[in-house]
Amino acid sequence: MSRIKVLKTYKLYIGGKFPRTESGRYYSPEVEGVSIGNICLSSRKDFRNAVVAARKAQTAWQDRSAFNRSQIVYRIAEMMEDRKTQFIDELIIQGSSKKAAKTEVENCIDDIIRYAGWCDKYQQVFSSVNPVSSSHFNFSIYEPQGIISIIAPEENGLKGLILSILPVICGGNSCVVLASESQPLSAVTLGEVLNSSDVPGGVVNILTGKRKELLTHFATHKDVNGILYCGNEKKEIELLKSGAASNMKRFQSYETIEEVSPYLILDFQEVKTGWHPIEKMSESGPAY
Amino acid sequence: MSDFNLSVVPVDQLGVFERVSRFQKRSIKGTSKIQGLKMALNMIDLTTLEGADTENKVKQLCNKAQHLHQNLDSLPTVAAVCVYPSMVKIAKQQLKNTDIKIASVATAFPSGQSPIEIKLADTQFAVEEGADEIDMVISRGKFLEGNYNYVYDEIATIKEACGSARLKVILETGELGSLDQVRKASDIAIQAGADFIKTSTGKISPAATMPVTLVMLLAIKDHYQKTGQMVGMKPAGGISTAKGALQYLIMVKETLGDEWLNNQWFRFGASRLANDILMQLEKRNTGHYQSPDYFSKD
Repeated sequence: MSRIKVLKTYKLYIGGKFPRTESGRYYSPEVEGVSIGNICLSSRKDFRNAVVAARKAQTAWQDRSAFNRSQIVYRIAEMMEDRKTQFIDELIIQGSSKKAAKTEVENCIDDIIRYAGWCDKYQQVFSSVNPVSSSHFNFSIYEPQGIISIIAPEENGLKGLILSILPVICGGNSCVVLASESQPLSAVTLGEVLNSSDVPGGVVNILTGKRKELLTHFATHKDVNGILYCGNEKKEIELLKSGAASNMKRFQSYETIEEVSPYLILDFQEVKTGWHPIEKMSESGPAY
Repeated sequence: MSDFNLSVVPVDQLGVFERVSRFQKRSIKGTSKIQGLKMALNMIDLTTLEGADTENKVKQLCNKAQHLHQNLDSLPTVAAVCVYPSMVKIAKQQLKNTDIKIASVATAFPSGQSPIEIKLADTQFAVEEGADEIDMVISRGKFLEGNYNYVYDEIATIKEACGSARLKVILETGELGSLDQVRKASDIAIQAGADFIKTSTGKISPAATMPVTLVMLLAIKDHYQKTGQMVGMKPAGGISTAKGALQYLIMVKETLGDEWLNNQWFRFGASRLANDILMQLEKRNTGHYQSPDYFSKD
């Protein structure tokens, strides 16, 4: 006797919970004419709720020690390794070949490990002690900006997602991500992985839906501090940039992100420079 | 006191929760929402009750009470500012040419663990300094011991000391234990002469909740139907969102009616609520979601 297959409900990931969209709407992206599932069509209110959750979580995430953030990011990789077959299956549904899917998932897990390493190292590499011509110890360090809204790349559903989210959260930011419109399955599953891997609820929030509906709100929400855009649609970039100007959000765009890089962490960091008085150098010489 | 006659009214706890969950499912949009939000703003007792309060902090709060947000036109002011007795004089000076009332907590707020002489002196001091309204706390210890006469007499004595100032009686419902107790305390306070009954000090959790407020509103309703006298209601503490405030307004309208929908008879004790409402109004104005960074804190 054949059994009836239990189909998965793909939901959003907001504040550590998996709500359906408040709008009650959904859409069905297709691969070669076949629907890959019913996906939540997020509304601006879902986005607003996600920003509230992200703001709530951000300070505590920033205040964790860099080493602890590193441990948590490593844990994401562990959990993903566990769920490898699911990610592979979903990539295949979204149109990948079996071999390509396996490679993509494995590369993603390795990339997460690389970012786990960078969590407690980018400060050491990029912070500086600056020469100044007075009796001061002068140093510059990096601090996260706050909430970053991420428009994940349309292609490479999983890889694009990982490589845009990870550098943002490694640096102590929280984020609201709009997943690929045509390849959203991995995003929803990634939410489940994040939820089981000690990443505090609200640090990463994942929405699915249409760029056309949501971009304006991603651009104009005043409690968002930065925007990371992946793609090359001129009109979308223009829209985001003008919205970003309204409250000086930092805007960063890439056509695609291919590799792990600590410079991507710096994209959404502020530099803080401190002046600390020291003894008069002319009398005792530089003692530090 | 011979006129104190406490008849115990049982509370249907499940019924209260069911009723409250109905209020929480209403959707208020468009112009009704704007109207509701402005009404809620006008009912706020803008509050600062910290050990760390300074003169300048109170001055700043008074300024905020008058000028909630410069970008928005035709905003009401808040109903009152609520401060400790030592700050009443400063608030009075700051608000002298306005309609904004000055409320002062008194009677050894927030615990109420002092002898009646001290509580009386505390109240008299606040009234002499110029408070228009006194927020007193009941002796929860005595109430829980079952010494209802003591609680009644205490409220009546303080009411006398208030003179023309209106008296709000804080039940501190988070310490009372059950909705039945809340109802009992409400009845005592109302009979002893409270002008307002108020849920909480805001110093302990849980503070104001909708079920507790509903029980208190029902006590007010019963009293009104029996005697024709209106008593005000003030939920305080923990109400920080515009959406929550609207739900309270719906509850008041549908429990007591339109007569209570003004700041003469209904207040919110809150410090963060005002900014959330302002953010909502600004959102309606500009179409953009707002950040707390663009609104003054006090």
